Formats: sequence, structure tokens, C-alpha cells
Amino acid sequence: MIHEDMICPFCGCLCDDLVIETEGSEVVRVDNACTLGSHKLMNAGKHRLKAPIMRDGGAWRDASYEEAMEYTAGILLDADRPLLYGWSSTQGEAQGAGVSMAELLGGVIDSTTSVCHGPSILAIQEVGHPGCTLGQVKNRADLIVYWGCNPTEAHPRHMSRYTTYADGYFLENAFRDRKLIIVDVRKTETGSIADEFMQVKPGGDYAVLSALRAIVRGREDVVPPTVAGVTKEQLLRVAALCKEAKFGALFFGVGLTMSPGKYKNVRNAIELVDDLNRYTKWTLTPLRGHYNVYGSNEVFTWMTGYPYAVDFSRQIAFYNPGETTAVDILARQECDAALIVASDPGAHFPKKCLEHLASIPSVLIDPMHTMTTPLVRCQIPVAVTGMDASGTAYRMDGVPIHVKKFLDLGYPTDTEIITKIFEKVTEVRHP
Amino acid sequence: MSELLVKNAYVIDPINRIDGEVMDIAVRDGRIVEDVGPKAEVIDAEGCLTLPGGVDSHTHVCGTKVNFGRYMSPEDMRAGREVRRGVKHATSGYSVPTTYANSYRYALMGYTTLLEGAMAPLEARHTHEEFSATPLQDMMANTLFDGNWGVMKAVSEGDIERVAAIVGWTLSAVKGFGIKLTNPGGTEAWGYGKDLRCIKDEVPHFGVTPAEIIEAMIRACEMLRLPHSVHLHCNNLGTPGNYSCTVGTFNLVPDLNEKRQSLYATHVQFHSYGGSDWKTFCSKAEPVAYTVNNRPQIVIDMGQVMFGKTTTMTADGPMEFNLYRLHHNKWSNHDVELETGSGIIPVLYRKKNLVNSIMWAIGLELGLLVKDPWRCLLTTDNPNGAPFVKYPEIIALLMSKKYRDAEFATVHRRTESRVDLPALDRELDWNEIAVMTRAGQAKALGIVDIGKGHLGIGAEADIAVYPLKVGEIDPAQEYQKVIDGFARAKWTVKRGRPVARDGEILVHGENTTIWVDPKISPERDMSRDPEFTEMFNHWYSVRMSNYPVQDEYLKRHLRMETEAAI
Repeated sequence: MIHEDMICPFCGCLCDDLVIETEGSEVVRVDNACTLGSHKLMNAGKHRLKAPIMRDGGAWRDASYEEAMEYTAGILLDADRPLLYGWSSTQGEAQGAGVSMAELLGGVIDSTTSVCHGPSILAIQEVGHPGCTLGQVKNRADLIVYWGCNPTEAHPRHMSRYTTYADGYFLENAFRDRKLIIVDVRKTETGSIADEFMQVKPGGDYAVLSALRAIVRGREDVVPPTVAGVTKEQLLRVAALCKEAKFGALFFGVGLTMSPGKYKNVRNAIELVDDLNRYTKWTLTPLRGHYNVYGSNEVFTWMTGYPYAVDFSRQIAFYNPGETTAVDILARQECDAALIVASDPGAHFPKKCLEHLASIPSVLIDPMHTMTTPLVRCQIPVAVTGMDASGTAYRMDGVPIHVKKFLDLGYPTDTEIITKIFEKVTEVRHP
Repeated sequence: MSELLVKNAYVIDPINRIDGEVMDIAVRDGRIVEDVGPKAEVIDAEGCLTLPGGVDSHTHVCGTKVNFGRYMSPEDMRAGREVRRGVKHATSGYSVPTTYANSYRYALMGYTTLLEGAMAPLEARHTHEEFSATPLQDMMANTLFDGNWGVMKAVSEGDIERVAAIVGWTLSAVKGFGIKLTNPGGTEAWGYGKDLRCIKDEVPHFGVTPAEIIEAMIRACEMLRLPHSVHLHCNNLGTPGNYSCTVGTFNLVPDLNEKRQSLYATHVQFHSYGGSDWKTFCSKAEPVAYTVNNRPQIVIDMGQVMFGKTTTMTADGPMEFNLYRLHHNKWSNHDVELETGSGIIPVLYRKKNLVNSIMWAIGLELGLLVKDPWRCLLTTDNPNGAPFVKYPEIIALLMSKKYRDAEFATVHRRTESRVDLPALDRELDWNEIAVMTRAGQAKALGIVDIGKGHLGIGAEADIAVYPLKVGEIDPAQEYQKVIDGFARAKWTVKRGRPVARDGEILVHGENTTIWVDPKISPERDMSRDPEFTEMFNHWYSVRMSNYPVQDEYLKRHLRMETEAAI
């Protein structure tokens, strides 16, 4: 069976033009997707856990969904400071149910944002965000900058759908008429096709952004001959390109958010775009990784007022990244139960955090065995949104897309499981 | 079957010409009926002012832009925090509160129906998601067409039927309510960092002017027989001397509909400025109100500014950037491909600031100078002029010259030479306030026939009882009582069910999303139009099949089907 215009549930590009062919419950062909998306989709039915599993001494045993959900509700109800973490590879509906449950439990809810673009949000909260939808970039931008990211490897269709290789309404020959600037600490695959590759010494992003801002504001006299390994000559050339562009689009990744300077780097980048808008049109977009990490920020925000790291222990929504973020709560050994949904802290968190995670009652809701599995006491397998479950996801530019189901493997969805756990919690702790 | 009897209500129901009659209101299954049985639940209104549920015909409470206002403003969230209690979720925020907080606060003020003023079609799904999370009001979304490529191309070709067909298809696809134009053409120009000054400037690349867009859309709106008229945020918002652009726009508008206006101009305070720069800035409410008074096809809302902190947000991207350059706080911008733009900045309106003081006065002048309250509705363009929780104060200012004078004495001292407000003696009465806050809004939106804005037999049982004894209060003198009374309804009844009482939220309800589905002949069906589908395939970043909002995003909804004349 052929399914057209399907949506890829891999990265924040949320490409929506996939053609997927299925035979029974097998995916046999995927057209238009990148290698990453294609691989995820082709293996849609493989490596899935068959049923919930629970620790039995040192070993695992199968459990029923009912037993696993009962256990989950139990550990969350028994906890003084439960942590509900993850949420970036699931549907918005599940995220909403998670927020309601955290609220009723007086727990902390956080998404993977706190270890990727959390600093971008902190910067936005200081100075705002001159952005746009990706189609706006595709149709107008004659200058693209990728800073601290490598879309060729991490967002493989970003350049063909939205930037370098995409047709643009206002550009006669989009590929030739567009310029590409890459800023990174090393020359990546993307860097090799750049019109300007600006190699910054690790940790030097803030200084380079400041130098560019000074030049744009007419103060090139204060810029030294080299800044973090970049020559003044190149800085002048890049600044001139930026000012000459009719429409410039700056994209940045965790190379900027998680390198020394963190949110101040992003703040400087936003202010550079702001300065450039006094001459021409510029926009900025964080390259979001997981396909619905931006959705978690949206859902958390309309429900609680804050995009991530929301702490309900005072019965109000409280937000203080660095205090109420998952890594900090685990590192301080504060939480006494954890529900991990649609993410893999086992593969990404510091050892100290994982040691604490392994020492407390915890449940993982995820379709497959992951690096987090060995750390938890129970895992509940679910449908994969975009394969055997539909739901809402937000693209990296804030466009909400309905992610569609094309298989039925009989698994419950994240929303169904979380709603049922929530109902069990509600029976004990009435609103 | 559920029954409710609101006894001893002092009713003002302008649509049914009831002006201060003490009566009982019977409700069965969410509708107002002649009478109910003896087992009906009884609310004793004790002779208090009882009005149809409040209707806000222009507010910003849900959607991408509103949510980004929250996202970028943790400082605003600290101002409105309340704990979770009973059926009530925890809330945060003052000028851009969370979805729940917006709904609770409107309910406590007796409001039961809201129109989200600006929804980008491409991002409509978000608005509907937030609508689903709005428990206590019925919701509608005006849909942005100000920079719509398909529309502008059809306008340039002079094909009004095609304009109507595109609008009709889009409204059905995104489950929108009416047409919203925000700085028409100007938001497209902002795609390359430019703006348009007024209605005769040409939109770059598209060969059309705002005047042509506005006029074509007004005609298309009538062809589609939409319940609401074109809802316009004029060009050149917020600049000294812009009143001439506003008056020029109003003078374009033909009179095409017997039941309602042909144009709803929103937040007209921001468009009634005189002077040639900020130094000579002054009120031109008088010529604007004069034009409105002489052109019955136009209805406006005030867009009142009130002093204090707020967050401005609009689809008018270039205007927000200009405002940012004045305020230097923080700025967000979000242009939407082929459709529209937007911007957000926080603002503090200060009495010490001459321009802010004049703005405050202009809104009130409009409210007092437009003779017919059905044609000047009470809004703040929430949260642009002020958060909606300021409505009770605005009501009191309109009802009391004494209150206005007392406030005027506290604003910038040079305001007096720039405005007419001190010379205006008019004091609105209770009936006029009822018109400006519900009856007039429902009529302007075209939702009276579905039972909104009135308390007649068959109407939706949306009722607000305020702790105000009309006969015992002189609003001209006791304005604080008016403020307190409208700030906290004694009872708010939504679809026959009491949802708020004396500051308490009683239920976690479910709203109805009202949307419009124009029935268009198959030859004009845009989903089969080669040029239109080609536009999607080439220039949008989503496929046409993934663009429409699926039915599952509308939990409870009311589809208003119209018989389009195309």
C-alpha cells in the first residue's frame, strides 16, 4: 500500500512529502526521506519490545500493561518529588497529559530542551526572537548562515527543502543566487560547500559575534587583527555580505548553545540579527533536533506559562532553569521517582545523574530497548508517533503539523498510556 | 435534561429591547426557554444586573503569537500565579496569561464568547489546540489574509470571485471564522523589511494596493455570505498623523449588507493619531468618529490603552519592529510564508509619558464621540492596549465624567492641549455598556442568530449576573462600585451551567468552536484549481494535503454553513 504526503518523525524539519510503501505491517520502501528518516521508518516494526517489562531481582520479566501502569502510578504517588522527563519524541497530546499529571502530583516536568536549545530559550527570554517560517527563508533568503551546526549530517534535508538547494519564489536561480556561510570549529561536510567558511577557535563564538556586531554598527576600528582565530579581513567580508543580503537567515545548533558562553552566545547572535534588521531583513532559527521538542515547549507554555523545566511542588508553576531542570534535579539527588517518556537520558546525561536515576524507582515509556532501559525498573512499549500513532508535532519554526499513522501494530499510544496512568493517579489524589 | 431558573434578575438585553426589567430567566438544556419545571436548579439574582454573557469581538488569547508572548516572558508569568485548586488548574501570567488563566479570568468577568483576532492559516492547528484547552468560553478565530499571495494575485487580475473562492477554501480548511486583514500588503512588504504607508502604496512584487485588497475582500466577504464582515487592522498603525489614512480607508467602504456593517475596523485608537511627529502628536479621534457617525457601514472597536505593563502582539510585523526601536526592550518577529507576519514586544504605558497619556485619552474619546454604541465596541485589543482585566475600569470611565476627570488630573500635564477628552460630558448608561460589551459585539460578529449576545427564547443560555443594584448605584458618582461589580460577576452561566460564582471557578467545562464553511460551487473549488495547487507544491513548505486542520482538532464545534454566491 502506498501512503503519500507522510510526515517524517525524526528531526525538527518534519518533512511532509514522504511516500511510504507498506506490505502488511512491514515498511518496504520510503521515498523522499533522508538517510536518518528512512532508516527510522524502514525499521518501524523492528526491535520493538513485545510487552511491558519489569525488574525481577537482577533479571527482567514480562508484565501486563495494567500491572506496569499500576506500578507507574504507584511510584509517582509515593514520591515526594517525582520527575517527568523527556517528551520530545512524542505527540503533543501526550505532552499535555504529562503536564496535567505533573501538576496534580506536584512534580517537575522537563523536556530534552534543557540539554539542547534550553540556552536559546533563555536568550530569547532576554532579547526576543526575530524569526519566520521556513518557507519564508526558502522563498526569499539570498544569504544563509549555519552557525555551530552541521545540517548535512544532522538535518540532511534542511538544505534541500528550505535553504541552499530549494527553489525560491523571489530568486531566479536559487542555488546560484544564494550565498552560504558556515561558522564552525572544524570543517564539516557542510563547510566544504560554503562560499565562506569561518573557522572559530573552540569557545570563541561570543567574541566573533561581538566583532561582527561592532563592524555592522560601524565600529570596525575596535576589532583586532584576529578574533578567536578569524582574521579581521574575513570578518569584514562576512559582515559586508550580511549587510548586502536582501534577506539573510541564520540557523544555529548546539555548537552555539552548549559551547562556552552558552545562552550569551545565542543572545549575541539574536542581537546581531537585530542590528542587521536596521539595514536589511534578517531572521534567526534554532535548528531543533527531535521532531517534537519544539512542541513540548509550546504545550508546556500554553498550559503552565513556561517552555520547559516546570516545577509544581509549590502548587503553582515555578520555573528556574539550573534549579528545576532534569539534570540539576538528578545531580542533586533530589527526585525520588522518575517517569521517562520518549527520550534517552541514559545516552546523554552525566554519569552522576544516571547513578541517581538507577537508584530510584523509575519507568521508561519507549517503543524500544534504549540506553535508558538498563537504568529503569519498568519499561512500557508504545506506538511510534508518525508510524503507528498519529498526533501533533511542531516543526523547528513553530508550524504545527499533524503527524500521521500508516501502520497498525497493536501498541497503545503514549497519550493512551499516560492518560490511563493519570486516571489511576487521579483516583488516589483527587483534583 | 438540565434545567435552571435565574430568578429576580434585573435584565438588560438590548437585542430584545429589554432595559431594566426584573424577571426570571428559564433555561433548559443550555437554551433559554419560556419556563421550566419545579425541579430546576435555582439561582437567585436578587435584583442584580443581569446581562447576556460577555462577548469579546477582538482579543488575542490563543495561537502561535500569543504563545510566543508567553514563551519569551517569564517575568510576566510571575505576576499572575495562582495555585491549583479544585477544578481549577494552576495559572500564570498577567498580560499574556496561560490558556487556563485567560479562560478563568474572562469567566469571572462574565464573558462567555471570544474571538481570537488573528490566526495565521498555516499555523491554525495551534490555535485550535489552545481552543480545546479553553474550558469556559466559546471560541472563534479570524483568519489572516493580509499578505495572502493567492488573494493578491486574484486582486491584481480583478477576479473577485477567485478572491472569494480562495478565502472560502481557506476558511473551511483551517476552520476559521472570518476575514482578518492586518496592515494589508504591509506584512508582505515586511518580508523584505519594508512597509507601506497607506492604502495607495503598491505592494512590492504583486502590483496591488491595500485599497484594492480591502475593497476586493469586502466584496468577496459578501459573496461568501460570511456572518462577520471584513475585520480590518488599518495600514500605518501607531504613527503620528495616521488618522488621515484611517479616514481614507473608511471612505472606501461600500454599504453592502443590511444586517450588519461591511467593515469592522479594529483598535481604532491606534489609528486616530494627529501631528506630524512624536513632538506634535495629538488626538484626531474627532474626525475619525465623525466619519464613523456618517458611515453606517462601519463598526469600530476602541482599542483602549490603560496604564501599566502589557505585551503588544500583532500580525503587523513592521509596526512591532518600529515600536521596538522606540522601546528597546525585546522583540520577537514571526513572518509566515505566503500569508502574513507578526511581532511581539512588551510595553509599559506610563502616565508620565505624554504620548501614552494622549493614547489613553483617544480611546475614551472614540467611545464617547461615536454616537451609536452599536458601532463602537469596548475592547483593549487585549493585550495590546491593556489586558482584558482592565475592562471594568474602562466601563467606569465611560460611565463617569467625575472618574475621567480624576484620572485626567494624574496624567501628563501637557495632555490637555492635545486632546478633547476634558470637554466631553457624555456619560454612558447601563444599556449602552451592555451594547458595547455583548449585544453590539454579537451583532457585529453576526452570531445573534445562533443565540449569542441576547437572552431571548432560544438563545444560548450564556448569562452574567453582576453584584450591581442598578437603581441604587449612581455610576457617575460611585464609579468604584461599577469597577468592582464588573470585575467579579456574581454568577456566570455558560450554556445553562453555572461556571463561576463570586470569584470562584465551579467547573472544568468544554467550549464550542464556531467556524464558517462557505458552500462554493464545484467549478470554484480551489482544491482542484491547477494554479492554486501549483502554488502549494512550489512555494509553501507544507504539502496542500497536510495544510487543512483535521476534524479531530475541534472537540465540540458549531459549523456555520453559508450559501456562497459563487
